[in-house]
Amino acid sequence: MRHAITALGIAVAVVAIYLAVQLFTPPPAEPDLGPQKSSAAGLFTVALAPEREPVPMNALHGWTVTVTTPDGAPVTDATLAIDGGMPAHGHGLPTAPTVGGHLGEGRYRVEGMRFNMGGLWELRVRVETPRGGDEAVFDLML
Amino acid sequence: MPGRRVLLGVLPALALLAACDPTALDEAERETVIGLSLSALPALPEDPSNRVADLPAAAAFGATLFFDTRLSADGRVACATCHQIDRQFQDDRPRGEGLGLTERRTMPLAGVAWSPFLFWDGRSDSLWAQALQPLEDPREHGFTRTALAHEIAARYGERYARIFGPLPALDHLPAAAGPRGSAAERAAWQAMAAADRAAVDRVFANAGKAIAAFERTLRHPETRFDRFAAALARGETPTGDAALDGLEREGLKLFIGKGACIDCHNGPRLTDEHFHNTGVPAVAGLPDDTGRAGAIGALETDPFNCLGPHSDAPAEACTALRFMVRQGAELVRAYKTPSLRGAASRPPYMHAGQYATLEAVIEHYATAPEPPAGRSELTGIVFTERGRKALIAFLKTLEP
Ligand code: HEC
Ligand code: HEC
Repeated sequence: MRHAITALGIAVAVVAIYLAVQLFTPPPAEPDLGPQKSSAAGLFTVALAPEREPVPMNALHGWTVTVTTPDGAPVTDATLAIDGGMPAHGHGLPTAPTVGGHLGEGRYRVEGMRFNMGGLWELRVRVETPRGGDEAVFDLML
Repeated sequence: MPGRRVLLGVLPALALLAACDPTALDEAERETVIGLSLSALPALPEDPSNRVADLPAAAAFGATLFFDTRLSADGRVACATCHQIDRQFQDDRPRGEGLGLTERRTMPLAGVAWSPFLFWDGRSDSLWAQALQPLEDPREHGFTRTALAHEIAARYGERYARIFGPLPALDHLPAAAGPRGSAAERAAWQAMAAADRAAVDRVFANAGKAIAAFERTLRHPETRFDRFAAALARGETPTGDAALDGLEREGLKLFIGKGACIDCHNGPRLTDEHFHNTGVPAVAGLPDDTGRAGAIGALETDPFNCLGPHSDAPAEACTALRFMVRQGAELVRAYKTPSLRGAASRPPYMHAGQYATLEAVIEHYATAPEPPAGRSELTGIVFTERGRKALIAFLKTLEP
């Protein structure tokens, strides 16, 4: 019986120490690779999708951005801009892509995207509307 | 399920084997290697700015012009003087030399049509626009565009006409006049009627388009590395000269792994066709060279660029220019990543032949020196002596 209690005590201590370590170690900055994001101030929901999969390397290609309000209504009067780079390498995109006007149902076309390295990329979509602007940030692993 | 059980038995055994041989490739590495092979090269990109780009007659005419020394001020310099056919279309010198000494290393030409921007700093957006520059550079051909038009009329009139239509009237034009020539040649150019200048520019551009059609036929030869990758792609064990030895495989793993060479030297040409500041030292005594940063203005004002009057492309097809990064600190002293196919047998290295050997190149990547200007993308890598040898052994597999 005494042995059992000691064993239990040790087990509890181990679990407690494990939890404490878990609690106080900051989680590694996991890239959030989801294709849909809330913009920083929550004004919009932004989805970003490549027109070709897998995403080609070293070739110009297009993407589609879809912008809705948080409750799902398409945003049809936005002006969009896209930018990005590789934070770990400290460089931007190798091209300066452009985003065209509204195509319907909150969709906009990005032209001139190109990736020239494998690894983690960050893409920032800036959305401006007469009611305010906001930015959504995407992570992309190539 | 006996088959399954056998597989289950084999897999750990294979894993064990892989663990014993440090030069064996894992599945991800195998994929990467196959992606670097020549057979993964995409189709030849179209050049909508050059309507004769894929016309065999134009390529044949372009080949003639490429080797023609009479298209120069002293009758002795052709494209082929610096871009030598038996030397991978380069000249083994630190800096190209025609009528005078240039400031940059002559670039090899195999696979050049896959590159959206030409020159070390990418100051041309097509092969035909590129070809016009050496013709009039006083250190290269030192020729003028009216002299070129006269030369074509005198010796190639019929071939020209079959491809591009009749030549304009040229007899009344000066023998040597052009906007980049001597003071007298520039003055003669200015004195010409605007319509005559436009007509001569058209002939000049067409000569470039024929040369470009020829350059589009220059392909990378298959290398030992490609035969190795092809065997991997078929799921076979490479044999004969396709089998890379331990040192070569170790170099390959370094190249695509810890050495991070593949960050920039990627794809089947082993280049990302982009511009990077890698801290390559400046050559003492040469004028300041800002690399890509200095090329943007030249590209945008080049009358022979894709948006200019001699381009055959609608504006929206000029994608290299349309989506070009025009400013930013990253452009300073950034140079185009060279293809590493055939590099082992063509020292010296870098944009002005700064390094005489591959050993010196590897030392550069190990130390990551401070750049003369801008910010280098390199951070320095610790290589063992064996690692350096291995990388060089791997680079040598990129030879036919
Ligand atoms: C005097 C030697 C010399 C002559 C002659 C010469 N070149 Fe070059 N070539 C060079 C040098 C040097 C460079 C790199 C220059 C730079 O980046 O500023 C180069 C670059 C090029 C490139 C760019 C390759 C790339 O990957 O970007 C092409 C294409 C080319 N030359 C074609 C030609 C053609 C066509 C001719 C003839 C009309 C010609 N060259 C004549 C020395 C020469
Ligand atoms: C950040 C991008 C980058 C990385 C990483 C990189 N290179 Fe380079 N490499 C370049 C550029 C750009 C040049 C041309 C630089 C110049 O001339 O200023 C070059 C030039 C070279 C050359 C000379 C080729 C020639 O024809 O002159 C060799 C060889 C080479 N690199 C090998 C390597 C090896 C091996 C590694 C890995 C240890 C590596 N590179 C990593 C971008 C890179």
